[in-house]
Amino acid sequence: MAEPLKVISKRWDVPDGHTLDGYLRTGGWVAGRAALDMDPDAILQMIKDSGLRGRGGAGFPMGVKWGFIPRDSDKPTYLVINADEGEPGTFKDREMMERDPHMLLESMVIGAWALKSNRGFIFIRGEYLWPGVRLEEAIAEAYANGYLGKDILGSGYDFDVTLHYAAGAYICGEETALLDALEGRRGQPRLRPPFPAVAGLYACPTALNNVETVCNLGFIVEHGVDWYRSMGTEKSSGPKLFSVSGEVVRPGNYEWPLGTTARQILEESAGGMLPGRRLKFWAPGGSSTPLLTADHVDTPMDFESISAAGSLLGTTAMCMFSDKTSVVDACLNWTRFYEHESCGKCTPCREGTFWMAQILERILDGRGRSADLDILEQICDQVLGRSFCALGDGATSPIFGALKYFRDEFEHLIEHGRLPDDIEGHAGPVGDNSGRLRPAASGRPA
Amino acid sequence: MLSAELRERAHEIIGRYPGARSALLPLLHLVQVQDGHVSDEGIAECAQLLGLSKAEVAGVATFYTMLKREPMGRHLVSVCTNFSCKVRGGQEVFDRLSEHLGVGHDGTTGGGELTLEHAECLGNCEGAPVVTIDYYNYECTDPDRAVELVDGLMRGEAPPPPTRGYVPTGIRDAEYRLAGLGPRDPEAMGVAITHARASDGAVPPPASGPGAPRATLVPSLGDEDGPTGDEGGS
Ligand SMILES: Cc1cc2nc3c(=O)[nH]c(=O)nc-3n(C[C@H](O)[C@H](O)[C@H](O)COP(=O)(O)O)c2cc1C
Ligand code: SF4
Repeated sequence: MAEPLKVISKRWDVPDGHTLDGYLRTGGWVAGRAALDMDPDAILQMIKDSGLRGRGGAGFPMGVKWGFIPRDSDKPTYLVINADEGEPGTFKDREMMERDPHMLLESMVIGAWALKSNRGFIFIRGEYLWPGVRLEEAIAEAYANGYLGKDILGSGYDFDVTLHYAAGAYICGEETALLDALEGRRGQPRLRPPFPAVAGLYACPTALNNVETVCNLGFIVEHGVDWYRSMGTEKSSGPKLFSVSGEVVRPGNYEWPLGTTARQILEESAGGMLPGRRLKFWAPGGSSTPLLTADHVDTPMDFESISAAGSLLGTTAMCMFSDKTSVVDACLNWTRFYEHESCGKCTPCREGTFWMAQILERILDGRGRSADLDILEQICDQVLGRSFCALGDGATSPIFGALKYFRDEFEHLIEHGRLPDDIEGHAGPVGDNSGRLRPAASGRPA
Repeated sequence: MLSAELRERAHEIIGRYPGARSALLPLLHLVQVQDGHVSDEGIAECAQLLGLSKAEVAGVATFYTMLKREPMGRHLVSVCTNFSCKVRGGQEVFDRLSEHLGVGHDGTTGGGELTLEHAECLGNCEGAPVVTIDYYNYECTDPDRAVELVDGLMRGEAPPPPTRGYVPTGIRDAEYRLAGLGPRDPEAMGVAITHARASDGAVPPPASGPGAPRATLVPSLGDEDGPTGDEGGS
């Protein structure tokens, strides 16, 4: 059986873990110092060997991605951190930046050194003011103490970081849209190729990674590839933060090795479903990943297993909903989100999300027609795989899953004009903040 | 027009980026410090500062949710109604506030006290339902407590401490931060709060009901005969 971990979340219970003092006292900058003494290529090789895969949703092997970055370019190389975290149900990067902002900064220095980059940006969603403030304070401390800026720790190496607040647009989490936004444009996806690795920010070579992905670097450098691979599975290695939300007893971020079953995370960390409520449907990686049911709860949370179950690991944001909750309501809620966030660049997504929302709205309203489900499916078919970026694909995920497993609920609504009787509505607030105390983690310390 | 002081800040921001245009989002936040929304004059000024056309700047300004076309009130109150909050009552919170204040989504109260909006996922689902004031978070709220919160704002009082963040001092101060300029008034920041860890001195979990720890693994997943309900708190 897997055990909970305290690797990425190792400082979350340290009251001053967000300050430089607290950070250094708990092993901070040990990896950074070691890395600055290492050959950059050796670091890149370690990243490759570690099997680290992107934590931002797509799960692309990080070592491969960084391997595409030209080493001999006469242009500057940029390191851009994707802290846009807008995927519904996802809140892991937020807590990392709030509680351990120096980990991100140290990890950026390690990564940038490996890439020979002297300039980094943290692109953070504007609504994340509090994690942003924590980062501002950490950046100021790091500069004042020689951990950022010129001649870091006497190594002769320079690296500058700029924190850049965005202005509220989910699509800016898509990597090429992010780059356009960071260049001061509307955040709309770019045609690839060229990929950001070759022509990203200001058409220069750019490494673009999720907050959590990059924060693995220090651990890999400090503890080695074998240690790292001892967590997780062959193809999905390492520790992972799982954001559990919805109708569970203790919603929160919990760290486990990749490959831990959803059931174990749900029961041991999140305390199971709320009293009197049974698991009905869940998204394993945010609202853009196809819905699963209670039958899938023993699936290991790794990239391969979740794909085999018909969904995607996404951001590992486990959104758990009960038999008292309408899956059609969930679809409408999320579809409205995609409709609002569609950037409008391509027709399938711009028009499709609008029509999907219209149809779902009338079904839930009791005005559904018998042909509606077929129409809905057709529209989703036209959006999936035909959209310019993955937002359009993601918009169809809840609906496809819901139609596959809960078609009877849609049909009931269309036939009777109302929801089945056992759907009671919302569960009420989490309670008070104390509901989210972490269980004493017996996890292996880093 | 930006004040002389903010204009100086604007040049400082532009200087931070390898390409000047990257400063556009921060500058639009700066315009909101001055005007409480992205005004036509603000658009013209950004265009002039960055050597862009007004249409280019307006095209950007209209793309982003946080850049407002109408003046905001003194505070911005956002209620998450995305699904992880909705199943915890987020929609009820918004509906009550809307009814209580007599304004809808993006509406501002008559005396300019506050602007209300429903928001997409604010990335704080563990504290559902979440309300933010000037982007600082009040977690685990409910309609009654949310009404109390806005009543205080309507009376012009400082809000109580959030569960994450500093005590909000107004949306314009938040916009100053968002422009990348740090605290607008370092003296007035108050005490930082981040809840919900034992080490933060949070109150112990209740003995029963939502939030109670489970002594044993309780498979409340789907078995009709599995333990549910009342045993949850043991
Ligand atoms: C609509 C959309 C939104 C996304 N939002 C985010 C996000 O908020 N944060 C993130 O890290 N990746 C997000 N991604 C994934 C990024 O495009 C990209 O794959 C990722 O940042 C790469 O980093 P990684 O390899 O470290 O995962 C999003 C993708 C799409 C299509
Ligand atoms: S799929 Fe949607 S978000 Fe992506 S480019 Fe097309 S319209 Fe924009």
